[in-house]
Amino acid sequence: MHTFMHVAPFIASPFRGYVYPNETVLPWGVLIVVYPYITGLVAGAFIVSSLYHTFRIERFKPVARLALLSALAFLSFAPAALLSHLGHPERSFEAIWTAHWTSAFAAFAYVAGFYAILLILEIWFAFRVDIVAMAQTARGSMGLLYRLMTLGSYDVSERALAYDRKWTKVLAAVGIAAAAGLHGYVGFVFGSLKAREWWSSDLMPIIFILSAVVSGVAVLVLIYVVSSKVRKAAIDESCMTGLAQVLWGFLIVTMLVEALEYVEMLYRRIEGIGMIEQLIAGPIRIGLAIQVLCSLIPFLIVTVLLARNVRGRALIGWMSISSVLLMSAVLAMRWNVVIGGQELSKTAKGLLTFTPPLWGREGVVWASTLLGGSFVFLWVLARLLPPWEPAQMSE
Amino acid sequence: MSEDKSIKDPLGRRGFMSLLGKMCATTAVCSSVASVALEGVAAVAKSTPAKAEFPPAGPVPEYDWTKHRWAFGVDTTRCIGCLRCVEACKVENDVPFNPHDFRTWVERYVYLEGEDKPHIDSQSDPVNIAAAGSPHDYRFSDRYRNAKVTKAFFVPKLCNHCENPPCVQVCPVGATYKTPDGVVLIDKDYCIGCRYCVQACPYGARYFNEETQTTDKCTWCYHRITKGLKPACVEVCPVKARIFGDLNDPSSEINEFIRSHRISVLKPWTGNGPHVFYNGIDSEVT
Repeated sequence: MHTFMHVAPFIASPFRGYVYPNETVLPWGVLIVVYPYITGLVAGAFIVSSLYHTFRIERFKPVARLALLSALAFLSFAPAALLSHLGHPERSFEAIWTAHWTSAFAAFAYVAGFYAILLILEIWFAFRVDIVAMAQTARGSMGLLYRLMTLGSYDVSERALAYDRKWTKVLAAVGIAAAAGLHGYVGFVFGSLKAREWWSSDLMPIIFILSAVVSGVAVLVLIYVVSSKVRKAAIDESCMTGLAQVLWGFLIVTMLVEALEYVEMLYRRIEGIGMIEQLIAGPIRIGLAIQVLCSLIPFLIVTVLLARNVRGRALIGWMSISSVLLMSAVLAMRWNVVIGGQELSKTAKGLLTFTPPLWGREGVVWASTLLGGSFVFLWVLARLLPPWEPAQMSE
Repeated sequence: MSEDKSIKDPLGRRGFMSLLGKMCATTAVCSSVASVALEGVAAVAKSTPAKAEFPPAGPVPEYDWTKHRWAFGVDTTRCIGCLRCVEACKVENDVPFNPHDFRTWVERYVYLEGEDKPHIDSQSDPVNIAAAGSPHDYRFSDRYRNAKVTKAFFVPKLCNHCENPPCVQVCPVGATYKTPDGVVLIDKDYCIGCRYCVQACPYGARYFNEETQTTDKCTWCYHRITKGLKPACVEVCPVKARIFGDLNDPSSEINEFIRSHRISVLKPWTGNGPHVFYNGIDSEVT
């Protein structure tokens, strides 16, 4: 056993024990960490919007349309992470025209495409009244843009609005299944691979869906708080408590299933368990610590917030802190799955230690740019289609 | 048949590889001499202006892929760890000369006195790279010279060309596929470079070629076997540790090998159905 740092033309990871020679360059880097992370934000944000649009839970009305725009912004950047990872992105359309159906990856364009169409349709119905109003008032190129966005439909009669609501409700309901499908499929990409002991698990799609909702609700809380502060608008406390309840419920189940995954893996004592234990104690110990602590601490905070019915600035402050921690926890979980799985050698007799490059296509800077880009795009979308309810309009 | 063809064309790459095989056979124990010669091959191969398009494009007209069923044998009791196969493969298949891209490699299992688990390394191990002098050369260091070795053997590895290849299953565009003669190939003009297949292979047989930005792996030298030649690694092996042939031909070397040995395959529990058959490995080999 020894440790060695390769001096190689491109990144080869140091290893100990025995690893296959081809394994020393990890096939998937930070871009594939960011990809399921962004996809997860889509699913979580969307589900909150459906709580209002489909189930008519009125307290979520203040964030319902904001959640839709957030989902679209994140969905627009999820493929960017995948595309920039490809060796030949110009050939990516082959996955659509000549999809090889036994591949989980082949479904991506179809699942994401279906979901994107559904989301855009729902946004159109949810914002149609505003689009019509702006088409009638805005001048110049923006006016033209809004007039195009009306698709020629200027009818805002009560009958037409009822029709809009009906469609929004149906699309939001179908969207819940699509969001779960989109993210469950991402979990399947990992869980279905028998070659990697760390990934191969039936629980993987479920863990991905659950953690996606947690991260999506958390990011929505942050977007809602930050956008309200920027706009100097009041934050709806009932809505915030509702988000806390959703977060709390999903967090419990997420932590339970994730714990179950680890306990089962360790309890079964399968061949190579020694290396799995060394992986947990070694290369991913920091990631794992972040995942556990940043899940448990917000869980305790949110429990106290709900139990003591905390209101006002304290509620908003603690919810913001919890959300930042939870987003870190889910990002760490993605890292622990994607990178951790590759740090455990397929020989079951060795470990690799991956350090992502800072620059370049697979670098941390580019991956962060993509993640940040989705927030910038959300800002643009919110300027184009202000999602704020009249009661929230800044004074 | 392959011998005749290559001798007729002594200046060609294939002819040279064949000659090289013979040379290696006669100089098996004199590894340094062969090593120098092989460097010469690499230099010739890289500098020859007449170098044809590589790998040779297009189908071979007289070859009928429904008539063959290829398989590979590895007799670890014969392997001497000379690594000629690794070097020949790199030259023959334009595999980048670095320590992390291989179509084939050799593992060394060494059991020391008083220990129940083997020490395992390959030519990519830093100690072995240091012993070779550069990542472009391959040799096993004599690191166990002063240790009490109770058991030791070499295990050549390569793509298993599985019956149910998980790499083919996961390719989103069908760029990697299984031919009717049992070989798993990659269309590098079609591969999108997602590396899902690299993840799916339990044997670590695939690598991502930074130069072509596509995945690459052993093809059993498909461009050679469809012309009646043997894979380069088989051709150069000085001790016949690598056996290749047609399962459809009852008198082929591979059938003879399978008949006369108690063979096993790697990671049989995956259900992949590997078509590289091993003799003389123990359960520590994965």
